[in-house]
Amino acid sequence: MIRRRNPGLLRQARLAGPMPWVIAIMIAITVMAAAAGLALSNLADNARAEIEGGLTVQIVEAAPAERDRQAEVALALLTNREEVAEARRVSDAELAALLEPWLGAQPVAEEDAIPIPAMIDVRLRGPATPRQLADLRTALAADAPAARIDAQAGWLTPVFDAIASLQWLAAGLVVLLAATSAAAVWLAARSALGTNRETIEIVHLLGGTDAQIARIFQRSVGIDAAVGGLAGLALGLAATVLLGRQFAQLGSGMVTGGGLGPSDWALLAAIPLGGVVLATLTARATVLSSLRRIL
Amino acid sequence: MPPFASPRVSGEGSIVQFDNVGLRYGTDREVLSDICFTLYPGSFYFLTGASGAGKTSLLRLLYLAQRPSRGVIRMFGTDLITEPRHRLPAFRRRIGVVFQDFRLVPHLSAFDNVALPLRVSGVPESEIRKPVADMLEWVGLDQRSEARPASLSGGEQQRVAIARAVIARPEVLVADEPTGNVDPELALKLLRLFEALNRLGTTVVVATHDLHLLRKVPESLIMRLDRGRLSDPTGALRYPPRPIERATEAVDV
Ligand SMILES: Nc1ncnc2c1ncn2[C@@H]1O[C@H](COP(=O)(O)OP(=O)(O)O)[C@@H](O)[C@H]1O
Ligand SMILES: [Mg+2]
Repeated sequence: MIRRRNPGLLRQARLAGPMPWVIAIMIAITVMAAAAGLALSNLADNARAEIEGGLTVQIVEAAPAERDRQAEVALALLTNREEVAEARRVSDAELAALLEPWLGAQPVAEEDAIPIPAMIDVRLRGPATPRQLADLRTALAADAPAARIDAQAGWLTPVFDAIASLQWLAAGLVVLLAATSAAAVWLAARSALGTNRETIEIVHLLGGTDAQIARIFQRSVGIDAAVGGLAGLALGLAATVLLGRQFAQLGSGMVTGGGLGPSDWALLAAIPLGGVVLATLTARATVLSSLRRIL
Repeated sequence: MPPFASPRVSGEGSIVQFDNVGLRYGTDREVLSDICFTLYPGSFYFLTGASGAGKTSLLRLLYLAQRPSRGVIRMFGTDLITEPRHRLPAFRRRIGVVFQDFRLVPHLSAFDNVALPLRVSGVPESEIRKPVADMLEWVGLDQRSEARPASLSGGEQQRVAIARAVIARPEVLVADEPTGNVDPELALKLLRLFEALNRLGTTVVVATHDLHLLRKVPESLIMRLDRGRLSDPTGALRYPPRPIERATEAVDV
């Protein structure tokens, strides 16, 4: 005989009350925290890939002719080195454009202009190591004594540290929220158990197994969690999309690197699924441990 | 087992055996002490005693709601004291219980309450509708099958409770004061119901403090509880005077 599943021993053993709402809010906040964490992670990855092989060489020399000479020497020297993928002199026009917001428009060649260092943008074949930096410094010291070399990653380290801290914060929030959700579900399952104690005892005395009784509650808690979870997901995603748009409007190059990819969205959509699993397992554990106390 | 051993003394062929059973709630004194008796399949037993004598406590041991504090309980040929907890549900399904307070599930209809033991046993839904409808008709509640317990009278609730207790054809039927709150006429009708089941082979144990009932079932055996002790002056419970023949033929029905 094929064992067909019954429609349920107790059709309407629902968990009334605030359960779905609590879960919806939890899931919404979890989705937002996770989205923030993922966006920060993407942003850090993109930024790091872009700059970790980048060096900036400045020729800090007041006399324009000498500055130009040393810049050409340094450029030639750098271009010939094996570890350098690309070296490019930042043109005076570009520099002027970069500095305009701070210094105002000024004629580049005029003698009384504020001296601006010449800049060479260097891209290495791999990430810049302190060792390579030291080598390059030595190589440049003789012919271009005014050259100063900085790794771009170096002065961005505090930014990366801050992003990493934020990522940890987001991860911590997600963990805390999961724990709080579990506690909320646990409390809800316990109170449902209390109000249904009579029913549970009856089914138990009629020969219902622990698994059968747990299933009744698992199912209703699971449904509540699914309803709440979907509502929370919708809320969380809406907030994430809105925030994302606002950041995009800032137009900053860094923020565009912080967008969410398809796999990120899939991960966010899976959060309510995790919520349902968590709720179901918690309800099961609660019912089983309470049943074990009666014979 | 040696061939010369008296089968009834050894409890062979019995369905329930209590040996030196004691029960205490928490750290209080024992509410049941030195309980020894043997029940044989197909027999009809009355459990009598004053209020507070321990009838409900003894029945709770019998329908596996509770483990005793000491002693041995064997049922269906199995030592239930050493039986692990997860195997007890299967035994409970072989026992029908009419609780003193009915214990109907409040949010289920009369039909679903009666169907509950079948659903617990995993009977397919297609094999539930007819037996439950028949059973409700048998107890005269076919018109009330969709009613919730709260909208049923005390007597109707009692009949739902009885229908639920017998729907799965239990081998043992335990009823705790089933005629407690009903008029004498209905009490007699319910008793006839139990007798009918008994004739189909079910071992029946009815707790009551109504001594009039005892005379209505002449072939019944009587267990008397007095302040937690079972009085068995004639030894009829431990050593039944005669084999119960009616039962053996009824089992084949
Ligand atoms: N759950 C319990 N906890 C503590 N004492 C109980 C409990 N149930 C019954 N008793 C006590 O056990 C004794 C027997 O009770 P009970 O079995 O209900 O007797 P009866 O059914 O014959 O009236 C009484 O003294 C009662 O107070
Ligand atoms: Mg009682």
